[in-house]
Amino acid sequence: MNLLLQDYLPVVIFIGVSLVIGLALLISPFLVAYSNPDPEKLSAYECGFNAFDDARMTFDVRFYLVSILFIIFDLEVAFLFPWAISFGGLGDLGFWSMMIFLGVLTVGFIYEWRKGALEWD
Amino acid sequence: MSVAAAFFYLFAGVLVASAFMVIASRNPVHSVLFLILCFVNAAGLFILIGAEFLGLILIVVYVGAVAVLFLFVVMMLDVDFVELRQGFLQYLPIGVLIGVIFLAELVLVVGSWATSSTIATVPAIAEATSHLTNTQQLGRVLYTEYVYFFEAAGMVLLVAMIGAIVLTLRHKPNVKRQNISDQVARTPEQAMEVVKVRPGQGI
Repeated sequence: MNLLLQDYLPVVIFIGVSLVIGLALLISPFLVAYSNPDPEKLSAYECGFNAFDDARMTFDVRFYLVSILFIIFDLEVAFLFPWAISFGGLGDLGFWSMMIFLGVLTVGFIYEWRKGALEWD
Repeated sequence: MSVAAAFFYLFAGVLVASAFMVIASRNPVHSVLFLILCFVNAAGLFILIGAEFLGLILIVVYVGAVAVLFLFVVMMLDVDFVELRQGFLQYLPIGVLIGVIFLAELVLVVGSWATSSTIATVPAIAEATSHLTNTQQLGRVLYTEYVYFFEAAGMVLLVAMIGAIVLTLRHKPNVKRQNISDQVARTPEQAMEVVKVRPGQGI
């Protein structure tokens, strides 16, 4: 347990250093930089017009589809890691259970391909 | 051990604070960013109890993918959030109801966890003190002992994939796509037509 946590010491040091650098970059402008605030400096400027609407536009629903398909195959790969690392001791049942799992997801993949969900029109 | 305890309190404290900020912040995009902070701290807690694989998968899947999905959903919902907030009292009864149900479930889970003694006999936990790594211990039981749950996970993923496609896939009409076999099989007879045009008249 303690050995495991010792392995993460470089990660802790890394997080500490990045925290220091990030905070230094955030805080030093407040201390050092010349400041002359003006509301006009923050206002939107669109070629002399007032801003038409919010900068947050609605996305096409296709982005959502692409990202949910990505998550599904991401999870499939996540299931492959423990299988690959303990493959030697698994035997036939372990092998075929993963093959069935991959087969089920391949059915979904073929469906997705045939429906044209991978195309962007 | 005191270092581990200090990190536990750090992660747990930031986790609870950012979870509170998820529901308290006014901007929904900020809520999603606090949710990402939540996930990272939960991954830190997982690593502290020795579940390294779960912790890193939490970062890869939740921070890398699910949080991006939430951002897309927040961006796609063209909702006026100021207007939405005004109907807050309207939804209070159902929100309180769901909160009470969750609280009851949590109490039941914690109560049964405190009294259960059979969990120590599960082989994965019995093996936890051995020399095997965390991921190997998971792999040893997941694909053989819990094979039905594993295949059920595959079916759930399949249903999610088909459901997402059925719900969101709409091909726009009048969009010309490439169809390689049709394009290659096209002959001059299909594509061209010779028209005799008499002088002084259009086609």
